[in-house]
Amino acid sequence: MASTVWIFRYLWLIPALPILAAGIGALLKQRQRRFAATIAITSMCFSFVLALVAFAHVLLQPERSIFNFPWMQFGSEWVKLGWVLDPLAAVMLVMVTFVGLLIFVYSVAYMHHDENFTRFFCFLSLFAGAMLGLVIANSLLLLFMCWEVVGLTSYLLIGFWYERPAAAAAAKKAFITTRIGDLGLLLGMVWLYGQTGTLLFYDHGAGCMEHTALSLLATQTVGFGMAASTGIALLIFCGAVGKSGQLPLHVWLPDAMEGPTPVSALIHAATMVAAGVYLVARVYPLMSASSSASASAAASGAGGGALEVVAWVGALTAIFAALVAVAQDDIKRILAYSTVSQLGYMMMGIGVGGVAVGVFHLIAHAFFKALLFLGAGSVIHGLMGEQDIREMGGIRKWMPVTFATYAVGMLALCGFPLFFSGFWSKDAILHAAYGWNGSRVPFYLGAIGALLTAFYMTRQVCYVFFGARRRDPAPEPIEPSETPASDPHEAAHESPAAMTTPLLLLAGFAVLLGFIGTPAWPWFQDFLDMRRAGLDFGQLAENGLLPLMLVSSLLVFAGLGLGWWMYGRKPIQRAANADALEQLQPAVFHALSKGLFIDELYALTILRLAWWIASTANWLERWLWSGIPVAVSALTKGLGWIDFSLDRWVVNRGFDEGCDGVADGGRLLARLQDGRIQNYLRLLGAAVAAFALFLLLGHRG
Amino acid sequence: MSSNFPSVSVLTLLPFLGGIAVLLLGRAGRSAARLTAAVFAAAAVAYTLLLWFRFQPALPGLQMQELHPWEPAIGLAYHVGVDGLSLLMLAVSSIVVLMAVAASWSNPKQGPVYFCLLLFLETGLFGTFTALNFLHWFLFWELSLIPVFFMIRLWGSAGRARAATQFFVYTMVGSITLLLAFLALFLASGTFDFVELTQMAQTGQLAAAISQNLHWRQWDGGHITMLLFCGAFLGFAVKTPMVPFHGWLASAYSEAAPETTMALTGALSKMGVYGFLRILLPIFPEQMWRARTILLWLAIATIVLPAFAAWAQTDLKRMFAYSSINHLGYCLLGIVAVTGSTGADASQVSAKAAALTGVMLQLFSHAVTAAAVFWFLALLQRRSGGLTGLNDFGGLRRPMPVFSGLMGITLFASLGLPGLIGFPGEFLIFKGVFPLDWWAAALALLGLLMTAVFLLTIVQRVFSGPLHERWAGMPDLTLAQQYLLAPAVAVMFIVGLYPQLISGMVHGTVMQFVGLVRY
Repeated sequence: MASTVWIFRYLWLIPALPILAAGIGALLKQRQRRFAATIAITSMCFSFVLALVAFAHVLLQPERSIFNFPWMQFGSEWVKLGWVLDPLAAVMLVMVTFVGLLIFVYSVAYMHHDENFTRFFCFLSLFAGAMLGLVIANSLLLLFMCWEVVGLTSYLLIGFWYERPAAAAAAKKAFITTRIGDLGLLLGMVWLYGQTGTLLFYDHGAGCMEHTALSLLATQTVGFGMAASTGIALLIFCGAVGKSGQLPLHVWLPDAMEGPTPVSALIHAATMVAAGVYLVARVYPLMSASSSASASAAASGAGGGALEVVAWVGALTAIFAALVAVAQDDIKRILAYSTVSQLGYMMMGIGVGGVAVGVFHLIAHAFFKALLFLGAGSVIHGLMGEQDIREMGGIRKWMPVTFATYAVGMLALCGFPLFFSGFWSKDAILHAAYGWNGSRVPFYLGAIGALLTAFYMTRQVCYVFFGARRRDPAPEPIEPSETPASDPHEAAHESPAAMTTPLLLLAGFAVLLGFIGTPAWPWFQDFLDMRRAGLDFGQLAENGLLPLMLVSSLLVFAGLGLGWWMYGRKPIQRAANADALEQLQPAVFHALSKGLFIDELYALTILRLAWWIASTANWLERWLWSGIPVAVSALTKGLGWIDFSLDRWVVNRGFDEGCDGVADGGRLLARLQDGRIQNYLRLLGAAVAAFALFLLLGHRG
Repeated sequence: MSSNFPSVSVLTLLPFLGGIAVLLLGRAGRSAARLTAAVFAAAAVAYTLLLWFRFQPALPGLQMQELHPWEPAIGLAYHVGVDGLSLLMLAVSSIVVLMAVAASWSNPKQGPVYFCLLLFLETGLFGTFTALNFLHWFLFWELSLIPVFFMIRLWGSAGRARAATQFFVYTMVGSITLLLAFLALFLASGTFDFVELTQMAQTGQLAAAISQNLHWRQWDGGHITMLLFCGAFLGFAVKTPMVPFHGWLASAYSEAAPETTMALTGALSKMGVYGFLRILLPIFPEQMWRARTILLWLAIATIVLPAFAAWAQTDLKRMFAYSSINHLGYCLLGIVAVTGSTGADASQVSAKAAALTGVMLQLFSHAVTAAAVFWFLALLQRRSGGLTGLNDFGGLRRPMPVFSGLMGITLFASLGLPGLIGFPGEFLIFKGVFPLDWWAAALALLGLLMTAVFLLTIVQRVFSGPLHERWAGMPDLTLAQQYLLAPAVAVMFIVGLYPQLISGMVHGTVMQFVGLVRY
């Protein structure tokens, strides 16, 4: 008991250790590479161990423990933060630390020749710390703070090769697109704070995810018959849409592939992008408060709850991204669109089936998608930076381990029946969607998406691993950073053990994880809901589950078969050859390869509008706001000029005339006073004579 | 220090003496002058910290007051004192001036006279932030203009003459209306004392006195009070500045030497917001409430328009000038929002307290980040031979990794990234404004978005991309510069992670301001 209390009290160490490592890493010099990698990996090891202990604690005592503390005072109140340990947090902690650790190790080999190796591990550690902080946050505010820092590290790592203009642009786009969603989240957060007076999720009954606050929110209406909880939940969901690349804010995620491949695996596949799903899971009581309240209102036709929106957005994203992935040629962009699509499945899962359904797919996906990205990285590494699947082909002969593990990841992603985790997690979502009382459409979208998933992954694997190598014998010199410094003419080679070992481990989990969440033994789901699970094969036969599994298996087989028939049977011979689908439907293929022109649409509308406002604001600055003082000063100057003219030509003229008269008089007078004694005496003599004459003549009369 | 020790007056006098010492010792050369300036600026920071520790945040009202009659016939008294707001402003001013001295350290053009003017400016700031009698408050308010005018006029770039004149004339117009408003208030009430005026306003005596003693054109007392409010408002709106009274700012900030702009944006711009809090909110709460819709829209315009305008600029100094308006706009939004109601129920009080605490945090954070940003621009400008265009650079991360890293942290602090200094203030302002005026909070979000857009555009154009040939040999920060900048960056982290350092200091004052919203 003492040990379990200990782990809870020191839970903050799990995020703090990687952050500390990042702080130290930031102060290191570029050449202290080994030290930088060592502290980063060591800190992750410790966090992983602590996460396991925390997991064990929850396993033994399935309950929710919280720790809250005051952070900042405003007036007489305090903003409080805190951390929480419950099954959801524990599962995420283990997943993030484990996948993170593997990817850290993998990166040592992958980034070995990069000149900014030290900085890379600093950013990676900061990411891990912030992500872990996000997971254990018991306050929407703390979650938001970590959420933003995670976004920062994503920005820094997408733009890691900053000298490439494309990377710098992609980083900026990622940050700004996600920030649009984050502003919704911020607004939802301050609204929630204003209504409930707290942002703590759980606070012994006083938290904002607990009954008192929720029942209050669900009964307040804010307009259009919407409950306050629905409004808040939808605003919070905006943040999740941005972070998890859901429609319509998905545009940044494919571009984010400009970052190094381990970053794509860790941040843009396994963990950060899933943070949106995690957020929805964390505030699920709020999301469902609105839908349960509106369930009674549904009869009268008043709009649906937030969960309905989550389900629809997820379903649409799932099918949209799966469609677009079909026509991509970049190995990482295919996986990126696939990630968007899978995140859509998770959202849909939460929307239609609850937290456990979505989070199970989240965890399973984290493993097999990290595996796929790391496999793609291994291929790229082996081919000195080539990313175009049309240039590849026949890799399986040179890179057997990569191929085998990639195949496992691919089958897991496709949801190949029975033996792969993706099958169980995706089936749980489809099953829940089938039984959803809102609409049957998300189910159909998800089912078609499953077929497309199998199809585009088969296409990719056929292009990359089968057929003959289509690469030119003497490759061009390629991007320096992604390339190891070995001889570019050397044949493709298997990657070093530091890269293949993580692949093998992840492949193992891509298979095994499925068995903890089967309908027969739904241990994972029950664990999340804090229930004890029992083994019951009878569950498989209930609720039309078997026919559904059959249908989804058939869809997967159809996708695989179609993919093989179009791409595997007769591989293209040269990279310039048209794609099989392109031959069939060139216009559709083109539209899909451009992502249905969403980027172009935004450039024409939102970006143009924003720039127009900016130009107008600038015009106002130049001509109106600074114009007023300029006009006033011009007016003053004009008045001054008139005054001056009057002075000079009217006043001065008369004045000058007068002055001239005075001056002439003065000049005459001055002649009298020229300073010569003789003249003075002469004048004096004359005056005396005149005076004498005057007296003489006067007395006579 | 005994309780009778005139600690506030001594603080105000300290930089003035420093300025004179700089002039006297400056004859020995520039390095003696800058050392003297640094010693006095550092002493001012230390002294402010001392006051900070002596201050008792839980007590309401003003502390360390000094009150001496001076010329009672004209209502003039020497009355100074500090509350949480004043103290925060003192800290801001002393820190920013110290940063400005450090930034001018290795700029050979800025000699003894420059340092002397900077310290005189500091005295003007200290006086403004502690004076409680209008007449001598106004004296400091105007006196602080003079050093700034000369600093822009003598050390600025090509367009400096026009910028300095525009700045001076523009703020003068605001000052004149402010002065007239207060003369009228004196005629009505017979006092220039802020504390007395506040009490009279709160008890309704002021309104009575105005309708009794002021007569003009058949206007009733309410209208005349509104007119007086407008006069005082104009003074502060120009100083802060609030859109559309900000015409002087962009050219003044961009034509002044960046070291001067540090003081302008870091400390001087706070005088306007201080006036809103110290004078408008307590003395004219009813008028603020009546003008509230207009003021809210102006505050939103102050947040949003400059953020968009900043994006359309091509000069870094102008971009950050507009960014500075935008940041102070959040303060104005918070202040205007709290005048919405006199409600005393818990949620209203809580929202108002949050908004005002946010305003205080934002004042501090803007001072530190804006001063740091212009410090970086000063360093960049000196290295580039005067170029500060957005498109003049590219790929600077390669030759200057430390510079780029530290400036990057500063930019993200100014963007409001959690964990850095900008976030707690912005969060609390939004938290407080939303329950009071949700639409205003929602519109103001556009400012947050556009700030991210133009700051990241700067990072993209200046630090990322292929390295411009011309800057391949650009030197990174020297070790001395790193040590000088490190404390500023450290403050961004410390306050960002532990904002209680500031908010714990002002909580009593905040509650008092919340109580002043009465009409």
